[in-house]
Amino acid sequence: MRNTFSEALYEEATKNPDLYIVVADISPAGSMAKFSSEYPDRFINVGVAEQCMIGVCAGLALKGCQPFAYTIATFSLYRPFEMVRDDLGYQNLPVTVVGMGAGVIYSTLGGTHHTQEDIAIAGAIPNMQIIAPCDPLECTEATRWCARQKNGPVYLRIGKAGEPTLTKNAEPWQFGKVRYLRRGTDVCMLSYGVITRMAVEVADRLEAQGKSVSIVSVHTMKPLDREGIAEALRRHSHVIVIEEHAPQGGLAPQTKQIAWDIRATCRLDTFTLQDAFIHNYGSWEQLLASHGISPDRVMAAIT
Amino acid sequence: MGGGVLSFDPVIARARCKRYRRRILDLSQNVSALHIGGAFSCTELVDAIYNEFMRKGTDGGRGPDTFLLSKGHGCMIQYVILEDHGIMPHVELESYCTPHGRLGVHPDRGNPGIEASTGSLGHGMSMVVGMALAERGRRRDGVIYTVLSDGELQEGSTWEAVLMASSLKLRNIVAFVDNNDFQSLGRTSETHPSLYPLAEKFRSFGWEAGEVDGHDTAALCAAVAGRLGDRPFMVIARTTKGKGVSYMENVPMWHYRAPNPEEYKRAVADLEAQP
Repeated sequence: MRNTFSEALYEEATKNPDLYIVVADISPAGSMAKFSSEYPDRFINVGVAEQCMIGVCAGLALKGCQPFAYTIATFSLYRPFEMVRDDLGYQNLPVTVVGMGAGVIYSTLGGTHHTQEDIAIAGAIPNMQIIAPCDPLECTEATRWCARQKNGPVYLRIGKAGEPTLTKNAEPWQFGKVRYLRRGTDVCMLSYGVITRMAVEVADRLEAQGKSVSIVSVHTMKPLDREGIAEALRRHSHVIVIEEHAPQGGLAPQTKQIAWDIRATCRLDTFTLQDAFIHNYGSWEQLLASHGISPDRVMAAIT
Repeated sequence: MGGGVLSFDPVIARARCKRYRRRILDLSQNVSALHIGGAFSCTELVDAIYNEFMRKGTDGGRGPDTFLLSKGHGCMIQYVILEDHGIMPHVELESYCTPHGRLGVHPDRGNPGIEASTGSLGHGMSMVVGMALAERGRRRDGVIYTVLSDGELQEGSTWEAVLMASSLKLRNIVAFVDNNDFQSLGRTSETHPSLYPLAEKFRSFGWEAGEVDGHDTAALCAAVAGRLGDRPFMVIARTTKGKGVSYMENVPMWHYRAPNPEEYKRAVADLEAQP
């Protein structure tokens, strides 16, 4: 996903002389080498200085530029939080804060490198928009949109490398609107970000059992497409949320709020990370499983 | 790069600063509290930036240079200067900190002449670096001016940006430390003696730095006009908190307090009696 991010950003940079990327000693692979060699004045490495990274982006935006801040998600959002809130949120500047390797993708690096509560934290800031693409293609769409928008700040939550393509036959991507990757009539899977691949796997298993299953990428986590989610709750008898995030402040509680507001009658199951740090190590899948999220666990809980 | 330094007249500058301080004293009678000490300590700094250094636009409008007040709590002096320049409406100052107005204790972007929302310390210098980068990227010669507090130099984020400004060779930054040696809980030199000497610290971070009397406009002008201009420039301005009103000078209580009517009369008499 970081490769497609840097490819899309490079393409946008060729068209927009005011597009900057400010990194904190972490650089997206792929086309970023091309970016930094062709536009050295617009590739700024502030070093291990994340507060400065956000402030510099704010200063660029105050002068009308279109900056991206980029590093591992914990360091792009948690370390410089007050700069994100005051410099970007309060001033409502069109800066994209890229959180790379979000969730528990850095599965062997420990809790210092996990973002289990980033949607809740970013979402609590007024003016902040949040996009979490589910695959490399969606990441390209989101990056292009971020490079052209002037609404205000965006937290762009992306994965790392090797994510499968899930959206090849999906309907067009649109900011602020849920996106059906597949349309069914019985069960609806709601998910966002890298873990959407697990929602697809669960959907495949349910279909093998004869169910008709929808898969929805809720890529825009703020502003949330409340009407799109309400529609999914109305049109399916069973809705399942799978997210790589703490139980508070993410998609699961917000879907429950919407379900209450519209007096939804469907069955609703949610699968989230627990409200606990992770002190064990292993693959991404193994860490998720230790918090109760795996295709087997989900299948066991819902059937 | 020195702006209108050649036309500098010390008598006019002194009269202006006295008028600005008087305006702040008058406004203090409308509110229960304001940051008066820190506004008085940087009066000559902000006055020199607006009235001596920043270039005017061709039609008298906005010029190419930018001022960002990193020590946002000193913004009363910025408000009254913007009012003097006809940028900030008189009515806004009269309704300072009331529901009828839009000006508060810290500067808020979107208000006339306010380039950035500050108030939380340690944010300004990074934004200045970004602004300076944008000017350079667009091949423009705009200079970014800023005023920091000495207490703000305890924020690690300030030094992140100081390091980047010189590493990026941003020669279009001219910064001032309002070195009044006071912060909320006491004298900075007593709580943080290792912060000094300041100019050497900035030089060791790759900046050009000078040190002058921050209430001497002529000295400020000479320092800025005489800079080499091949790297960011920092002026360590020795200032007095509460400068201009004898009983407020170096008295911590006047960091955030408004004089009562009796104190106001004494302050005005004291200010007006000064040369």
